Amino acid sequence: MAAIDDAMPVAAGAAPSRPRLLALLWPFAALLALALLLPLTGNEYWALIATRACIYWVLVSGLNLIVGFAGQLAIGYVSLLTVGAYTASVLAAGNLLEPLHPALALAAAALLGAVFGVVVGLPALRLRTFYFAMTTLGFATIVTQVALAWQDVTGGGIGITGPSLPAPFDTAWGFYYLCLALAALCTWITGNIARSRFGRALVTLRDAEVAAEASGIAKPWLLVLVFLLAGALAGFAGGLFATLQTYITPDAFTFDLSLLFFIAVLIGGRGSILGPLLGTLLLTLLPEVAAPLAAWSTFLYAALLLVIVLAIPGGIASLIDPRNRRKLPENRAVIPRPELLPALLGQQPRHAGLTLRDIVLAFGGVRAIDGLDLDLRPGEVHGLIGPNGSGKTTTLNVISGYYRPETGGMTCDGSPLPAGDAVGRAARGIARTFQTPRVVGEASVLENVMVGATIEGRAGFLEALLSLPRQRREERMLEDRARQALQAVGLGALADIRADRLQHSELRFMEIARALMLRPAFLMLDEPAAGLSTDEIKRLDQLIRGVSRQGIGVLLVEHHADLIFEICDRITVLNLGKVLAAGTPEEIRSHKEVVSAYLGG
Amino acid sequence: MLASILASGLAVGAIYALIGITYNTMFATSRVMSFTAGQLGMLGGVLGSLFALRLGLPILLALPLTLAACALVGVVTEYVAVRPVLKSLDQHLYVLSTLALALMIQQVTALTWSTEPQPFPRLLGIGEGIWDEKYWLPVLACAATIIGLEYLYRRTLVGRAFLAVAEDNFAARALGLPERNLRIASYALAGAIGALAGFAGGQLLLAFFANGPLLNFYGFVPVALGGLGNNRGAVIGGLLLGLFQQAANFLVGGIFSSVAVFALFIIVLLAVPQGMFGAPAARRV
Repeated sequence: MAAIDDAMPVAAGAAPSRPRLLALLWPFAALLALALLLPLTGNEYWALIATRACIYWVLVSGLNLIVGFAGQLAIGYVSLLTVGAYTASVLAAGNLLEPLHPALALAAAALLGAVFGVVVGLPALRLRTFYFAMTTLGFATIVTQVALAWQDVTGGGIGITGPSLPAPFDTAWGFYYLCLALAALCTWITGNIARSRFGRALVTLRDAEVAAEASGIAKPWLLVLVFLLAGALAGFAGGLFATLQTYITPDAFTFDLSLLFFIAVLIGGRGSILGPLLGTLLLTLLPEVAAPLAAWSTFLYAALLLVIVLAIPGGIASLIDPRNRRKLPENRAVIPRPELLPALLGQQPRHAGLTLRDIVLAFGGVRAIDGLDLDLRPGEVHGLIGPNGSGKTTTLNVISGYYRPETGGMTCDGSPLPAGDAVGRAARGIARTFQTPRVVGEASVLENVMVGATIEGRAGFLEALLSLPRQRREERMLEDRARQALQAVGLGALADIRADRLQHSELRFMEIARALMLRPAFLMLDEPAAGLSTDEIKRLDQLIRGVSRQGIGVLLVEHHADLIFEICDRITVLNLGKVLAAGTPEEIRSHKEVVSAYLGG
Repeated sequence: MLASILASGLAVGAIYALIGITYNTMFATSRVMSFTAGQLGMLGGVLGSLFALRLGLPILLALPLTLAACALVGVVTEYVAVRPVLKSLDQHLYVLSTLALALMIQQVTALTWSTEPQPFPRLLGIGEGIWDEKYWLPVLACAATIIGLEYLYRRTLVGRAFLAVAEDNFAARALGLPERNLRIASYALAGAIGALAGFAGGQLLLAFFANGPLLNFYGFVPVALGGLGNNRGAVIGGLLLGLFQQAANFLVGGIFSSVAVFALFIIVLLAVPQGMFGAPAARRV
């Protein structure tokens, strides 16, 4: 079995990122160059189409973060375009207040768009998918009705003139260049978010929500930030749209447009910026080529949607993703390098340990945990064994806050550990892995691992938006540490591969790397050896010992008795939610009941 | 005025409740919320008008034809938009596939029927004022549907098989129940219920292609408020929604009634995410 060449020095980890960046950026640069040259055609009709594409992209780039990254199905986003268009037009025309400068009216449109973006998104904070799809749809019908009925402000069915910008933006090409610049800006800022810890957190919430929570990612706050941004962009796009149309009526904001935005993201593919950009261009140009089919446009969009969903759920992005093509070494093996752990983890400060006292948790009538006491000490490996249904994983879930016990208390480093607060565990230095690995298949191994240290990020959303120095510094730090962690667990050579191409055993080691990113005080492993070969279990054994030597307390839920007795300093045997025996491996080995029940003999 | 609010409120409420039951019937066997629910209601009105008014068929023939046609649409939904995405239910692709199919249905209706609301015939010619048949027919249809479903679920073998599949898909299959055929049957049944909603409410809503999205939303609200898959919740929620909406309609005017319903919907969902009669979320870890 050929081992992966993992000898690459740690410091060289960040070096190959420069050419990768170029490879990522050239399609954008090419598109921008084409767009800049467009005025050479001298055809003002093309200016109109291209301006429209730019305006749509301003909206879609924000929507992409919601649909493509956060996985929330916001279908009726035309409503925010409508809100923005009417806000800008009404304020510029002075129907409600004194007439405002067009630039201020556009800013107000963005502001109101942001507010409504959050209002429409509120249900998504607690419920997923269909509810959010419905509220965005419901909102879309209401906005049009209000625009029709509020005649003295919106002009009702007759409509209202859009804001007209001052020179040099009052010509077709002047306005085009403005919109192009804004579209480029939106590409840049949403790209910045996508490649920041915020973007990774969104994707993790989408595909592996429990893993995101265990890494300390709070969903509501993150989603509100993204709804604000996407709403503002949509509202602003609405203002630009009204300027381009010069005159707007409620008829201009058909459901077709909503579909166009939504499908552009889906054609483009999830978790990509380039894909949806191409999708937007494609869908803006399509009606121009297929003009005779105008009456059937909704039907065609819908049919297109159905085909994409059924045939290529990955979209354009999955077809052009270089991470899909890179060949993987055959016959590879995960060779952890525990000697790298001290550099990665440092030495844990003194810690009073984790204690559970008298924990009781019942599911319906079944007492899954029935008066459990448990003490985890720093630097020790603590094994938790017992038959199926004895409450091992349940205990782990109580500690990591997914279950709220009925009675009993927990303390961590001397102070109480609140029950049922899964998101807060990372900040208390508690990291974990899962029985079935919870990973983002579409993200690279490196990105998956970087998620583990999300809570260490200090740079805010605005800093990430503009990629300010502190943000860039933190990203470099995170990437270096993630590469270090991957080398320590033996996956260094696979860092840039999509995670869904890894084998099951490799995903287990990847989860450990993600947990180590936190430099935790306690690491909880839920059956880490399940599905591993004998050789792999031996290497896992060394890795776990190495981790505990750095002063980290390890809680190991496991069925492999060999592994448990080999590396554990202390073992607790559970049966029917109660402690059957607790002590050192020698004591457990000679414990009568344990021996007769589980060990045979 | 109170009498008119009650009459029209209960009438539209019954229509919303029936659409809610349509959602639930499809959800029960497939765990899929389908956007076609509202379109089935729309088709009930359009096809009813087509058969009874344009083709001049007697009501006794037009009703079964409408129900059968929508049952067929239900079956097509299952084949085209539900079955292919069932294996990856957690990705929620069904939201997109059923939306796409719903829009295709709507657009074909708009292009082949009419983009303007068309009249729906008087069915029985009984009653006037607030006792007009257009107000009590939907309520009657709703009551008949509930009684029919109760009978089906409690007294017949097929109905019990439905319940078994709804309760635990895998266990039902392990028992040898024909899970796939039951799913197809439930989509046909849902199609007929949706059609009945549109047919009974035809005189109120008219035969209009754009009723689909409206019914989709107002039919979903009682489901969301009552809890997914809970027919009792859907009926109570639907009737309350109808009364609330019509009261707001009479008191503050049409647009603001939709705003009020929307606001109520969001507030209740934030307060009780699983609906008022819904079950708590399944375990995740």
